Amino acid sequence: MSAPLTSLDRPNSYVGRSVPRPNAKRLLAGRGRYISDLKLPRMLYAAFLRSPHAHARIVAINTEEARALEGVHLVATGADLAKICTPWIGTLDHFKGMTSTPQWPLPLDRVVWAGQAVVAVVAESRAIAEDALELIAIDYEDLPLIVDIDAARQAGGPLINPGSASNVCFRSQLDNGTVDDAFANAAHVVEEEFSFGRHTAVTLEPRAIVADYDPSAGMLTVHHATQTPYQFQDLYSRHYGIPEARVRVIATDIGGSFGMKLHVYHEDMAVVGLSILLGRPVKYVADRIESFISDIHARDHRVRARMALDAKGEILAMDVLDLTAIGAFSTYPRTSVVEGNQVIRLMGGPYRFKNYRATLEVLFQNKVQTSQYRAVGHPIACAVTERLVDMAAAKVGLDPFAIRAQNVIADDSYPQTSPTGYRFEALSHQACLKRLHEMMDYDALRAEQADLRKRGVYRGIGIATFIEITNPGPAFYGVGGARISSQDGATLSLTPSGEVRCLISVTEQGQGTEAIISQIVADQLGIAQDQVKVITGDTEVTPHGGATWACRGAGIGGETALQATRVLKRNILEIAALILQAQPSALDIIDGQVVDAATRQHRLPISEIARIAYFRSDTLPPGTQPQLTVSHHFAPQGYPFAFTNGIQGCSLEVDVETGFIKMLKHFIVEDCGRVINPMLVDEQLRGGIVQGLGAALFEECRYSDTGQLMNGSLADYLVPMPMEMPDIMIAHVETPTADTELGAKGVGEAGTAAASACVLNAVNDALTPFDATISSIPITPIKVLTALKRF
Amino acid sequence: MSGFDESMLDGADETVRVRFVVNGRRVACEVAPRETLVDCLRNALELTGTHAGCEMGACGACLVQLDGRAVHSCLMFAVQADGAEINTIEGLTESGVIADLQAEFHRRNALQCGFCTPGMLVNAQELLSQVARPSREDIRDALSGNYCRCTGYEAIVDAIDAVAKARSEAGGTT
Repeated sequence: MSAPLTSLDRPNSYVGRSVPRPNAKRLLAGRGRYISDLKLPRMLYAAFLRSPHAHARIVAINTEEARALEGVHLVATGADLAKICTPWIGTLDHFKGMTSTPQWPLPLDRVVWAGQAVVAVVAESRAIAEDALELIAIDYEDLPLIVDIDAARQAGGPLINPGSASNVCFRSQLDNGTVDDAFANAAHVVEEEFSFGRHTAVTLEPRAIVADYDPSAGMLTVHHATQTPYQFQDLYSRHYGIPEARVRVIATDIGGSFGMKLHVYHEDMAVVGLSILLGRPVKYVADRIESFISDIHARDHRVRARMALDAKGEILAMDVLDLTAIGAFSTYPRTSVVEGNQVIRLMGGPYRFKNYRATLEVLFQNKVQTSQYRAVGHPIACAVTERLVDMAAAKVGLDPFAIRAQNVIADDSYPQTSPTGYRFEALSHQACLKRLHEMMDYDALRAEQADLRKRGVYRGIGIATFIEITNPGPAFYGVGGARISSQDGATLSLTPSGEVRCLISVTEQGQGTEAIISQIVADQLGIAQDQVKVITGDTEVTPHGGATWACRGAGIGGETALQATRVLKRNILEIAALILQAQPSALDIIDGQVVDAATRQHRLPISEIARIAYFRSDTLPPGTQPQLTVSHHFAPQGYPFAFTNGIQGCSLEVDVETGFIKMLKHFIVEDCGRVINPMLVDEQLRGGIVQGLGAALFEECRYSDTGQLMNGSLADYLVPMPMEMPDIMIAHVETPTADTELGAKGVGEAGTAAASACVLNAVNDALTPFDATISSIPITPIKVLTALKRF
Repeated sequence: MSGFDESMLDGADETVRVRFVVNGRRVACEVAPRETLVDCLRNALELTGTHAGCEMGACGACLVQLDGRAVHSCLMFAVQADGAEINTIEGLTESGVIADLQAEFHRRNALQCGFCTPGMLVNAQELLSQVARPSREDIRDALSGNYCRCTGYEAIVDAIDAVAKARSEAGGTT
C-alpha cells in the first residue's frame, strides 16, 4: 500500500474521509429520476393477468373482449411473445448436474406459481389496461402442487416438471478431512435443526421498466430500474435477436434493489417484446401486491447441523444438511442455487477446524422463484454456525466470547483456507472480538442481565462472528458460462475547462458509488472532489463492466477508477512536462495545479494544459498528441474473492408474557479493508443490519396449503420500522487487501450477514432460565410463546 | 370494430374537473373519479417527487401537506382534494421551509436510494410543527409509518433531532 492513501492531511486527500454524497441533494429536493417517474412520447402501459392457481394447465385463453376495449393496443399471450423471444434456462455450467426448465416471457401451457403473469395487456393508461384484464377469461385445469420441502422430496409424489425424475434441481456435497472420526472421538456434540422462512426485498420503489423499440432504426432502448444494465443489454440482445450495439439499457435512479432487481423477470422480458411488437415505448411498474408475488424471494432453508468439540471446547468438525426450496425453476441468469452453495461453503468460516461435511439439496416447489438477495447464503450459514457455537459454549461451560476467542483463526496466521475450501488472504477475528467486548461493555451488560432476571425481566445478549464474500472474480458467474462481467471499466476525461468526467461501469443504488468514485479520482489526480463528475448506468455511455452487486463496487470499481486516474495523471503530466520543459517525474498535481514535485511550487493549472491541448495544439512540439481521455479496465486477480470479517453483538429484552422482543442496542465491529468514506460505510452497515433484523424478527412470506401468498401487502408483511429498530454502534478494524492498490473490500452485506444470528443467540440467551430454545427464523412472538409452552 | 360494447366504457373514462392550490399556484385538472391524489400529482401535474410505495397508507412515501397537515396522497381520491391547498416536496423545497432538514439529511447521509425521502421530510416537518423538542423516542414513534429499506433509520432520527434542537434554539417553532 502506498502511504499517502491514508494520509488525510495531504491536499485533495479524500480516501478515508466522510464526505456527503454530491448526488443526494437531487433526491432530497424530490428531483430523483426514477424509472417509475418516466414518461415518453407515445408511451403505452402494460398490465398482466396473473394465475390464481399455484399449478395448473392453461386450457384456453379468451382475450376477445379485452382486445375490443377502447384504449387497448395489444393483448399478448405466451405464444405471441414466444414467436419473437428465445427461451432461457437458469442453469450455470459449474453447478454440475443442475437442471431447470426453459422459460418464456409468458407461459405457453402451464402455470407454476400463484401470481405468475399469463397474459399482457398494453393500453393508453395503466387503468385501462387493468380494466381490460377483467375482460379476459382463462380456463385452467388444476394440477397437483407442491408447497413445502417435505412434499417436494417425497418419492412418488407429484412432479413439478413433467418428464423429470424428481423435484431436485441440484445436489452438492463437500467432504473434507475425517468427519466421522472427529464425531466418534468428540467429547461434546451439539446438534440442531433450523428453519429459515422465505422473505423478500420489499424495495420501496417496485420493479419498473420502460422498453422503447424503434423499428426504423432497429434500436431497442430500455430504461430499466436495475443494478446491472450490461447484463440486461446482453440478454435483450441475445433473446430478441437484436445486435448488442443496438440495445441500450439505461439505469437511472432506483428506489432500492439489494440484489432483487438484477434478475430476469418474466414481465420485464415481456415488456421488451411488447414494445417490439408495437414499435412504441411500453411502461410497466409493479404494484405492491405484484411485487410480493413476483419479485424473487430469498432464503427458505431447513438445515440440520451438528458440531463436534473436544473437552476444552475446541471445534473439531461440522456436518451439515441444507434443504432449500426455490420455486418451480431456477432464476436466470444467476440461478437459484448460489444461495445454497454459499450456505454450505460459508459454514464454520471464522473457525480453524478442518473436518467438514455438507450436503445441499435444492428443490423445486410451486412458489415464486427465489434467488440472490443481500448477503446471499450468509445469514443462514452464520446463524447455524453461531448458534451451534453458543450451544457448544453452554455445554462446555465457556462464555460465548471465550469459545470464539479459542476457535477463531488467529489474526497472525494468514493466509488460511476455511474448512470448506475458501481461501482467506487476511482477516482480523481476534481484533474484532476484543473490540466488540470493549464496545459492548460486555461484563456490565451481563451483570445488568443477572440483576434484571431476579426481577423477572429477561434480557438476552448475543454475539455472532462472520465472514463475507466480496470483490468476486470470474469464479462467481463467468466460469459457469454466464455473460456477467467480473471486470469494470472507466473512461476518464480532462475536460477543456480542466474538470474531470468519469464514466464508469459500476452503478449507483444510493449506497454512494458515485461519491466514492469521485473521492478516489480527486484523491489520485490531485483536484477538488467537486471538479469530478461521475456518470454511471448507461450502456451507450459507460464502458462494459460487472456493475454493482456482491459487494464489488468499492473494491473493483474503486480500483478501476484508481488505475484509470493514474493513467490520466501520467498523460496530463507528460503534456505539462513538454510545456514546462521539465521531466514528468519532477511534476505532481495538487489542487488542480501542476506543481514541482519536490517544492510543491505552482507551475501551471491543469485547466491551462487542457486549454492548450484542446485549442492550441499548434503550440505543442510537433508530433505531440495529447491523450486527455483514457479508458482503462480492471479485472480482479489474486484471490478469487476478497473476504471480509467482523462480529456483531446485540442486547434485547423478551417479554415472556407476550412473546414480544424489544431490540435494545446493536453493535458491530467490521473489517472491510480500506475504508474510503467512513460515513457511507457505516450507513451500509446500519442498513444491512436492519434488513437482517427484519428477517430475524418479522419478515416472512406466508403461504397457504394451496400455494397462495397470504400476506402480500405492507400491512400484512411486517418490515422493520423506525420504532422497533435500535441504535447501532459501529467500530472498524482495517485490513486492506494487497490484491489491489486501493485495498478496499466490500461492506454492503456484512450487516445482513450476522444480524439474525446475533438475535437468535440473544433470544436463546434470554430464554435460558426457562430451558426453552428457538431455532427458527423469523422469531415471532408465537414462536417465543410456543418455546415457553405458553401457546 | 366488431364486438364493441358501449357499456364497457361506463364510468372509466369520465372525468371531473378539480381545482387545487398546489405549491402556491392555482391549478385545475381533469381527473377520473377513481384516480388517487398521488396519481394525479405525479401524472397530471408531473410532481414526481411524491412517490407511491404501498398504495395503502402503510409506507409514507406518498405523504404531502394538505391544508397544512401531512396526509397520505395514496389514500385520497383526487376529487376529494378539490379546493385544498397542497404542498409537495417540490413546493416545500422551493419555499425553503425544510431547507434545514434537507441540509441535515444531506450532511448525515440520512438517505440512500431517496425514494422514501420526500415522505420522510414531510413527516419530519409535521412532527416539528407539532412538537418543539421531541425525544429520539418521539421521533421514532412519529416516523413509525415511514418505511425506509436502505438506511436503518438512525441517521434520519439523528438529522431530525439535530434540526429540532437547532430550531428551538433559534427561537421557537412554527
